[in-house]
This record gives sequence, structure tokens and C-alpha cells, in this order.
Amino acid sequence: MGAKVNTAAAGTANFVDDRTSIGGFVKFFARKLFPDHWSFMLGEIALYAFIVLLLSGVFLTAFFVPSMETVEYEGAFETMHGVEMTKAFESTLHTSFEVPGGLLIRQIHHWSALLFLAAIMTHMCRVFFTGAFRKPRELNWLVGFTLMVLGLAAGFTGYSLPDDVLSGNGLRIIDGVVKSIPLIGSYTSYWLFGGEFPGTALIPRLFTAHILLVPGLILALIAVHLFLVFLHKHTQYPGGGKTDRNVVGLPLFPVYTAKAGGFFFVVFGVIALVAAVFTINPVWNYGPYDPSPVSAGTQPDWYILFVDGALRLMPGWVFGIPMEWEIFGYTLSMNILTPALILPGLFFGFIALYPWIEKWATGDRGEKHVLDRPRNVPVRTGIGVATITFYVILVLEGSNDIVANLFHLSLNDLTIFFQWAIFILPPIMFWVTRRICMGLQRKDRELVLHGHETGTIVRHENGEYIEVHSPLSEQELWLRVQHEDIAPLEIDPEYNEHGVRRKGYRWDRFKQSLSRFYYEDRVSPVTKAEFDEAQHHHGHGNAEADLQAADAKDADQRLTDEWNKVEDQAK
Amino acid sequence: MSTPEHHEEPQVKNGFTDPGLADHRPRRADVEPKADKRAERQVAALFTVSIIGTVIALWAYFTKNDMEPGDVADIQSTNMWIGLGIALAMLGIGFGAIHWAKTLMRDHEMVEERHELRSSDEAREGAIQNLKDGAADSGLATPDESGTGVKRRSVLKGSLITAMAIAPLAVLVPQIGNMGADWNVGKFRHTMWAPGVRLTRDPDGTPIKAADVTIGSVFHVIPDGLNDLDHHHKMDQKAKAVVLLVRLDPKDLKIREGREDWSFDGIVAYSKICTHVGCPVALYEQQTHHLLCPCHQSTFDVSDGAKVVFGPAKRPLPQLPIAVDDDGYIVAQNDFDEPVGPSYWERLKGDAGTATVEEESH
Repeated sequence: MGAKVNTAAAGTANFVDDRTSIGGFVKFFARKLFPDHWSFMLGEIALYAFIVLLLSGVFLTAFFVPSMETVEYEGAFETMHGVEMTKAFESTLHTSFEVPGGLLIRQIHHWSALLFLAAIMTHMCRVFFTGAFRKPRELNWLVGFTLMVLGLAAGFTGYSLPDDVLSGNGLRIIDGVVKSIPLIGSYTSYWLFGGEFPGTALIPRLFTAHILLVPGLILALIAVHLFLVFLHKHTQYPGGGKTDRNVVGLPLFPVYTAKAGGFFFVVFGVIALVAAVFTINPVWNYGPYDPSPVSAGTQPDWYILFVDGALRLMPGWVFGIPMEWEIFGYTLSMNILTPALILPGLFFGFIALYPWIEKWATGDRGEKHVLDRPRNVPVRTGIGVATITFYVILVLEGSNDIVANLFHLSLNDLTIFFQWAIFILPPIMFWVTRRICMGLQRKDRELVLHGHETGTIVRHENGEYIEVHSPLSEQELWLRVQHEDIAPLEIDPEYNEHGVRRKGYRWDRFKQSLSRFYYEDRVSPVTKAEFDEAQHHHGHGNAEADLQAADAKDADQRLTDEWNKVEDQAK
Repeated sequence: MSTPEHHEEPQVKNGFTDPGLADHRPRRADVEPKADKRAERQVAALFTVSIIGTVIALWAYFTKNDMEPGDVADIQSTNMWIGLGIALAMLGIGFGAIHWAKTLMRDHEMVEERHELRSSDEAREGAIQNLKDGAADSGLATPDESGTGVKRRSVLKGSLITAMAIAPLAVLVPQIGNMGADWNVGKFRHTMWAPGVRLTRDPDGTPIKAADVTIGSVFHVIPDGLNDLDHHHKMDQKAKAVVLLVRLDPKDLKIREGREDWSFDGIVAYSKICTHVGCPVALYEQQTHHLLCPCHQSTFDVSDGAKVVFGPAKRPLPQLPIAVDDDGYIVAQNDFDEPVGPSYWERLKGDAGTATVEEESH
């Protein structure tokens, strides 16, 4: 039978290859190497969550009716009999209560959406902190960033589809934000909603965006993202034998086919488990959308919390100055524009452009395929932690009522605290992180120069105590000395020898100050000269030291022997 | 692809020489035939778990789907069993495959060379030359030697760019133009409230007598006649017209100038739509007379013209002037004198003219 299968496989392969020359691709891809590290699977989680989203989403489209036509509910869920609702909401109830497994698939879909965005953001953090966005991957960083934004769009459009009270209030907030846009706000709102809020056009429009436009774009960009990963070959963590000119790892077939392929099933399985056990978005408890009711403690999905938090954080009045301005009779709502559009715009803009900002400070240093250890780039790591701090404050403020309730705090005090914290905490976290990184770098230097502490204390005959250090293995050593010692940029002077001011000097000055901010205050890796000097000092400095080292070694040996003896006897 | 033994010169960083790849550390299954057999059995067992999971999911679907209609607990249990089955079916395959890869597949790291992504200089030059040739063939660019016909080609270029730039308008303008319905944004300005319209309870629409409103009580209010509208118009109108009716002790109430006759014996009515981004301001605190919006916590003081005392809103909630009709029911004196809800660019630019347009469009 095996032989038969083999013949059939060979026949098929021959047939396909004759018509597609696929053999070349298979040769290229089958044994392509991927480095192994747990942090490389974060992006995989995002990809697999997206596949689960597609699978469960197709199931849901078979039952969901994207219509705002109204019906009186007569379905299986008795407590809502006679309630007027849109077909969107009715079909959501129908999927949940009358389609066996329908509720499960709804919950799988919702949980995977939450996981999708969580995985994307964690993956972005990994890429950021290890410097995987450096040349040649800047464009792929932008592709990934766009995927994150599209993920937010996919999440929000989907969240709003069931047309329940909670999501309806979310849409109303969007309407309020859109209306605050200068000049075109009211018209943009009409364009979105097909007239006045809530109208009858929105759900079908969101549906098209949610199942066609946004996932179509996401799919296309995932293809670009993965194509670039293949083209660039994967980055790798530093270590012996790993350079910017090679990639060390295991082959796609069979190792990653099994590991990554298997991991898809693990992600799917975990999502199914969570969806089987934990209810999410029980819209039947909220009821269909009605502009009047609202309940306390309502939250959007977690990935929208930061915008909601920003809206809560921004006061309408700052020290008695109104944040809604009237200019020549026109209204400019800075209390809405600032948190909902300007701040996310700046925040996302900074994230998108970060690879270039760092490149201005560093200068073009060629292709970087060996990742940074976060401690070796203290300023970047500090910026990352400050950015996360900023984001987390907004997220916490987005659920400030729940936080306040949980910890028995005053809601108002908490908001006022966050209003100050958003300015104060990120710089503090930047500074602290940077110091911690530099401390770790110094610790690395210490290890390289003096070796591991062994815990063995030796007393000399003259009464002096010394601790025995054991040298690092060559791999341990290499890990700590392989990174580049980047000095601040040197720039050409403002005037040339003829006293003429040169073009582009100001831009260079800017890059130089940025560079100083990054690299002025730094801990350099140990050089071979320093290392040899330290060895020299330890080993052959003078007779005294020599004697000490020999004594220490003797003592260490004696202790080990005795210990072994004790152990043997115990046996 | 090459093995670590024969790749290029080891790199030197900060004076140190790269020691090369670490030695491969054999796993249990690599050296012990017993461990190898055991791992194989474990992988097979995990795949069997997956098969069992599929059986559970199908069993749950076929036997448990005679669920009691509407019984949430029953439905949730069916879903849970199907879900657990799917979870096992997936996790079994997943963990099995990963365990296989980690214990049994060869794990010697291999080395592959990278190639600089930049194209070679020849390729770049070739590309530029090809583009130049193509441009010259099209006549858009001046050929290197003979500089003829430049004028006509620039006309060509200009007209092509203009045509390309404006052609999307032919599609987009009608498409976008149709999406905003009648574009009459003046509708923001008006609600269903009009002289003599009774204030009725949300959602059943029963009118409210002034005598029913005791001090400290709060009523969620919709205009009389709202429930007679079809659902769609009802939602659009309700989104603007909802009101909160509160009675305070008249001595607690600070009455704004010009609004002396807008309240009735301590009864005041304010728009329920937040002036921040439009959530319903539904939480009333009796003791402090504060109204709180649960979305972003704008807090309004009902006893003082619903002015903002905390949070992101800037403007007070619009007040609905009320009176009591001959039957003792509370009625509106008029519509709100300003647009309800969030601010927008031309909010203060309203004129009476838009009102008639708006009436007709209904």
C-alpha cells in the first residue's frame, strides 16, 4: 500500500510540476530555516486567531441578518417576547438560542477577536523591544502597524453588529466624536449613518465593512507581511554562530510544519475551551438598542478602552478654561477632538514612524538581523515602557468606574489622579527603565570581566577571605560582548572652509541631538583589551594575586572533594 | 545551505571572536530507545484524545440539541459540551504535533546564508535603463539624443494626470452623495417637543401629572406621540428627545436668569443626551442632585441649571421649558432653545429657516 501511495503522490507531483514548475518553490520552502524562540510565536497567535475568526465568521454569516428592519420578537427566548427590535438583534438571539452550537461559535468569534488584537499588540512589543523593526524590516513594521489598525476597525465594526444597547451606545459615542470634527463633522455623521443617528443604514454598512472590506484588506496585508518575512528571512537572537549574514534554525519541513501547524490547533483549542466555558457579550441581557437606557459599569471591548479612557480623562474645563471653543460663531470641541482624534493620531503616528526616528539617531548601519537584547538599547527600551505606561493609564481610565468600585476609591479622585499621572508617570517609567537597563549592562560587564560568583569563600593563611569566581563559558561570554557600541553621531560643521553655511545643517543638528539623547550616556560592552587586562590582573598581576588564585583553586578543589566524599558516604 | 562546520570566517565583535554554534545537546529520546518509544506513545495518545474530542462534539450536537427553547442554562450546557469537544479535538492534534516535533524530530540547528536585499548595481542600472527606454518609447520623456516633440508630450502628460486625478470623482461623488440621505443637518436642531406636548413615561408613554412627581423622584421621559411613530422614526426622534424630569425642593433650586418660568414648583426637565458625546445621562443621585453620565462620567448639577461639575462635558444639559396643562399634566412650553447632544461645528449657526425644511422632510 505504501508503495502505491508513493506512486500516486509522485504521479500527482509530476502532473502539477509539469504545469506550474512548483518544484522550485517546494525546494526553496521545504527546508527554509526558522530560528527557534518562544517570543516568535506571538505573531503566529495573531495569524491563527485570524483564521479562527474567518472560520467562525463564515458560520455566523449563515444566520446573521444585517438589517435594521424592525420585528416584534417571538423567538425562543421568552423574556423578550413582544419586544420591538431590529432583525440584526433578532437574528443574533436566534443564532444564540435556536442554532445548536450557535452561541458557542458566537463566543469563539468574540474571544478570538479579543485574542487577535492582544496577540498583535504583544507581537508589536516583542518586535519593538528587540529592535526587529530595523533595516530592512521598516516597511514590514508599517504593514504590521496597519494590520493592527485594521484589527481595531474589524473589532469595532463587528462589536456593533448585534445592535444591542451596549454597542448602540458605543456607536452613539462614535457619532459624537465624528460630529466634533471641524467643518465636515455633521456631514460625516450623515454620511456614516445615512442621515440622523441611528437611522436604518448603519448595520448593513458596518456588515459590509466587517465581512468584506476590512478582512479583505487584512488578508491582503497578511500576505504582504508574510511574504516580507520570507524575503527578509527571520531575525534571530544573539548567540554563538549567529550573525547578520546567516540564519540559524530548524527547517520548515518537518519541524515547523509540525510545531507551527500544531500550534494553530492549540490556539483554536484554547479559544474553543474559553468560549465553551466563559460567556462573552450576552446581548440578551442588554436588550436591543434604545437611545434612552444605559447601565453603569459598561465597558467596550478591551482594545477600544484606551480611546474611551482618553475621552473620560480629558476634562471639559481645565483650570476654569473651557475646552470647547467658540471661534467666529463656530464650535471647536477640543474636549472631544483632543482625546478621540488628536491623541490617538499622535500616538499611532509615533508608533508607525518609530523605526525612522531611531534611524535618525543611529544612522544607517546596514541590515540588522541579529536582535538586540532590550538592555543593550536602554533609551529604546525606556521609550517602549513609557509608551506602554501611557497606554495602560488610558486603559485603566477607560474602566475607571470598575477600578474605583473594586478598590473602593472615589471615581473623581481616580480620574484626577490619572489626569496627572498621564503626564508624570511615563517620564518616570522611562527614566527607571533606562537605569535598570544600564544596571543590567553593568552587571554583564562585571560578569565578563570577573566571571560568575561561585559562592565559595576561601580563607588564606594570612586571614584574608576571598571569593572564588569561575570564568564564563565562551557562549555566555559572546552573548555579553557581541553588541555594537553605538556613539552619538558626528556631523559636519555648519560652515565649510569658505565660510558658507551648508544646506541641511539644521536637520543634521536635530539628528545629532536625537543621537545624543539615545547614546551619549551609555555603558559600552567589554572590549577584548579590557578583558585581557582583567584576566592579566586576576591571573598574573603579581605574585600575591597569583598565590591567592592558586590557593583559592586548591581550597575549592578540597571542598569539592570533601563534599563528594560526604555524598558518597550518604549513598 | 551549509552546516556550521564549513561556513565563512567567524565574526569578530569588540575584539572577541564568535565561538560558533553551541554544541548540540541530545534529548532523552535521542539517546535512550526507551524514552524514544515512550514519546511515540505519548504523541499517539494525544492524537487519540483529539479523536475522542471530535466524538464528544458530535455526540453533544446530536443528543443534546433537543434543548428546551429559551432555557438559557440548557442552551449553554449544549454549547459547553460542543465547545469542550472541539477544544479536545484541536488541542489533541496541536499538542501531539508539537510534542512530536520537540521530542522525536531531528533538532540539529542548521545554518543558511543571507543575501543582501539590495539589488546588484547592474540590476539597478538595468532597471533604470528599462524604465528610461519605456518612457522614451511612450513619448512621455524626451529621448536622450533627439529632443523632438516635447511640447505635445507635456500636454499629453498633463491631460492624462488631470484625467486620472478627477476620474474617481465620477464614481465617488454619486456614491458618497447618496450615502448621506438628504444631508439636512439642520435636523439636529429640532426635537419632537413643541408647545403643549405632554411629557410621558419612558417606555410606556403614559402622561405624568405634576402631582405624581414627588420631591426627589426622577422620571425618564419621552414626548407624547413618540410611541405612535414607526420604529425607525421613533429611534431617530427618541435619540434626541429623551428628557429627565426631576423634582427638587424649590429652595434647593437655583433658577437661571431668563428661565424663571421654565420650571414648575421645583420640577425641572433636562435633556438626557450628554453634551459631551451623546450618551444618555441616566444616573441621578438624589442627595447631591447630580446627574452622572455612565459613559464618561460627565456630572451635571440639576439644582444649578445642570451645569458641569465634573468630567469631560463643557456645556450644561439643555433645559426643556415645562408647564402644567388644564388637566394637571406636565407639558412642554416649547422645543429646546438649543441643539441637544454633542457639539458640532455649526452648532451656534442655526437659523429659524431650517425649521420649516425639517418639518417637510418628515
